[in-house]
Amino acid sequence: HRPKGHPEIYPLVLTTKTQEIFNCRIDEDVTDEQPYKLINKEDIFEDLRNRAAVSDFHPVKKIVQEYPGNELLLVYDKDFKYGLNFYLIGTEEGKENYLNPPEVPEEQEEYKEHIPEDVYIYKPPVSKPWVSLGSEKEIEEESVTESTKQITYMISRKRSEFGAPIKFSDQNASSVKDAYIECTAYPDKNFTLKQLEKDVGMQVIPQIKDISTQTKWTYPKNATTQYYPREFSEEEKETLKQSKPLVDFLNNASISVEIALQQNEIMNTFIDDWKYLAEEEGTFGDKTDTYLKEYQSFTDLHSPTEKMITCVSWHPTIYGLIAVSVAVRLSFEDRVHFSGKLLLQPSLILFWSFSDPIHPQLMLESPDDIFCFKFCPSDPNIIAGGCINGQIVMWDITAHADRIENIKAGGSRSKRATLKPMFLLEPESNKEAMYIRHCAVSSIENGHKKVITDIHWLSDTFEINRMGSVFENRSGICCQLVTCSADCTICFWDIRPQKPLTPQTTEKKKEESIEIPFDVPSTFLHLDLSWKPLTKVRLSKGETSLDHCPTKISLNEDHLLCKTQDKMLAQSKTEKAEEMNPYHNLESGMANLLKPIDDFCTKFFVGTEEGEVIYTDWKMEKDPETGRLMSKKPVSHHTIHDGTVHTIQRSPFYNDIILTVGGWNVAIWKEGVMTGPLLHSCCAPKRYTSGHWSLTRPGVFYIGREDGYIDIWDLLEKTHEPAQSQNICITMITYIKPWIFSSKQQFIATADYYGTLHILEIPWTLSRPSTNEMASVNHYFEREVKHLEYVEQRKKIREQEKKEMELEMAKKKVKTYQKSKEQMQAELKMDYESYLELEKTVLINLGLIKVTEKGSYMEVM
Amino acid sequence: MTDVEETLKRIQSHKGVIGTMVVNAEGIPIRTTLDNSTTVQYAGLLHHLTMKAKSTVRDIDPQNDLTFLRIRSKKHEIMVAPDKEYLLIVIQNPCE
Repeated sequence: HRPKGHPEIYPLVLTTKTQEIFNCRIDEDVTDEQPYKLINKEDIFEDLRNRAAVSDFHPVKKIVQEYPGNELLLVYDKDFKYGLNFYLIGTEEGKENYLNPPEVPEEQEEYKEHIPEDVYIYKPPVSKPWVSLGSEKEIEEESVTESTKQITYMISRKRSEFGAPIKFSDQNASSVKDAYIECTAYPDKNFTLKQLEKDVGMQVIPQIKDISTQTKWTYPKNATTQYYPREFSEEEKETLKQSKPLVDFLNNASISVEIALQQNEIMNTFIDDWKYLAEEEGTFGDKTDTYLKEYQSFTDLHSPTEKMITCVSWHPTIYGLIAVSVAVRLSFEDRVHFSGKLLLQPSLILFWSFSDPIHPQLMLESPDDIFCFKFCPSDPNIIAGGCINGQIVMWDITAHADRIENIKAGGSRSKRATLKPMFLLEPESNKEAMYIRHCAVSSIENGHKKVITDIHWLSDTFEINRMGSVFENRSGICCQLVTCSADCTICFWDIRPQKPLTPQTTEKKKEESIEIPFDVPSTFLHLDLSWKPLTKVRLSKGETSLDHCPTKISLNEDHLLCKTQDKMLAQSKTEKAEEMNPYHNLESGMANLLKPIDDFCTKFFVGTEEGEVIYTDWKMEKDPETGRLMSKKPVSHHTIHDGTVHTIQRSPFYNDIILTVGGWNVAIWKEGVMTGPLLHSCCAPKRYTSGHWSLTRPGVFYIGREDGYIDIWDLLEKTHEPAQSQNICITMITYIKPWIFSSKQQFIATADYYGTLHILEIPWTLSRPSTNEMASVNHYFEREVKHLEYVEQRKKIREQEKKEMELEMAKKKVKTYQKSKEQMQAELKMDYESYLELEKTVLINLGLIKVTEKGSYMEVM
Repeated sequence: MTDVEETLKRIQSHKGVIGTMVVNAEGIPIRTTLDNSTTVQYAGLLHHLTMKAKSTVRDIDPQNDLTFLRIRSKKHEIMVAPDKEYLLIVIQNPCE
């Protein structure tokens, strides 16, 4: 480890102890500015004696002993240039060199540093003797000098002869001798060169012609040209028609034309079969991905009791907002038992937004648990809900509309998503969900007596009156509701103020006016607690006192073809009212002035608690005996399901196809076909608890089961069982509601029994209809209808056959009985005789009868 | 009914036929089932096209001649039966 070229350098390791002894501690005695230390030889020897082999100077002991001088130079090698942290210089010369480095390198360094800084000193050129490099020869060659001596001539003449006028005359040159000197041209062979090569270039150019002319341009002028085609007059046409050439031509031409036409009729030869064979290419996402993906789920963590979700509804206009009605999960007895406790807790409809899975955006309060609710189609800020106690509850959230429209994700509150009980939440916080009180409830005495199971808003194209007759709706908004309840009635309600029947009732109202909190809008003040239904339809079963108990209804949502005039009127009215919200200025119904709509189908489907599907009419008729208004008898009713019918829904694609789900099976009906359902599935292993058509695919519907599975049925794939089954949660699914947000995003909201709302994303395959899917499904339904008709016919034929067979059987029996008396007697006689014979032989064998005749001896033997 | 009428009616009654017209050699319509402006437009344009087609065929082989012209477009098919003096034009929609 001794460096080459520097034999005087001895690297050393000095421990801390040695450093202290010799006062050469790193960074204290020995620093960057003074990295060396002069150490006495005697000190080193002493150290060597004291510590012997342990001493750091042991390896260099000999060098120290031979060292001529008294002081040795020890240098701190900070950069470990020589391998160890110190080094010892072993010669005087080396010491001298280190301490006083030679000047030359120093000077050179200094010089190098200084030169760039100095300004360039001008040194004038010093003249030197010229050295010839051969250039004067070139100059000599190039210079022009006269080669010959110049000759001078001097010519003189008499001065008087200058300047005299000159006279010119003509003279023929050839006539006078020596008048001219000729220098004829002669061919000089030196200059005749034969050209053997020639460089020629050629180019092809189009023929161009340059012509110019000059025109007179006065000023720009617009010019138009109009023409009309040449036509034949009528007479000309007639004459031509009769002409023979035309007839012949047509006879000839029509043959080929007809061949061509027929070719096209037979087959379209230009169809690209491959293109039609392939189902759409360019799908988003994986085609094999057929599962519903979990997107988000919402649970109300703040409620003290266990709740279940009874109804789910997406907000019609705002993206990502979904409303859910919750009810306590208790049976009737438990409800009565805990009624005190339940009164203290508010029954709510919660508004969830995708951006905040923990805190609901709005909470609508109601007097009791809501079992069904709907957003008003004409104004999403009006919500109507049906209560467990038979009341209809109305909310108006117009005042809070901006809260829910501008929901932004994030905010510090949601990041620190700690679950605190409700009473610890800061009340001033902006994000706290507000309780919104209902603004009207229906009258308790006049409404339903039991839980309202279904509620619908009537379409804004029509309205009905007390008799159930249909009139056109001039107000342009949805103003009527229909509800059905477990007390076996279906009621129609109008939200507009009704003209008071008697003046007494208004006085009563004034006395009983209740103070309404200031933050509740007064939209439906006229209805609060005094709201009566317009008509009641009772679903009676005929003679028996038991009535049908409706659970769900489905109305015909036909849009009528109004005359354009009337539609314009309605539109203009709504335009005027748009400045003010029409719902805030409800005028009482002008039923007397409205035009009735004919051929409106007033029939609708009802599903009942016993599993029956009833098709009935809501128009009331006057009972001839009592003169009262009576509801009509149902047109048809079938018992198909083994349990409560909880879903009756019209297909979004076909207005007359209805899906009913109840008990353990599913049925599809066509309105107008009374004989039975088109499709009637066999019993499933688990009970079906909810169902919904798909919104984009005509042949697909979703069914929720009691074990938390969703069955996806595809009518084009299989009709006897679901095409797919997927587990969503662990408990019963209470409600399914799909919704479309964009062509690429479709969600399905699934509510379960434990109060959790799952939002799932529908994959591409389930949301995109295949080509001609609608036509195929339509075809399927038509086939089923025909099948039903066929079955009916066969039934009739079979009945006939059965009758015939029975007749035949009867005839046969009659024949066997009609044997003639004589025959019977003969038969009896023969029987008797054979019996006598038998008796005889038996007695003889027993020896009881003596054989008298000889002949009979042989017999006996 | 004259033969002319009968023939034209028969052609018109085929499935998918939208219109029929008879045009003379100069492109002036003689009989038509469509309205006037459409007829005139069809007659003018198809007359030129038929002439061009005919000349194309004859340029390639002078002994050949154009017998029938069918133009298939996205929406329908136009059939032209040319003659020395007249043109029979039929428009059909072949899609089912």
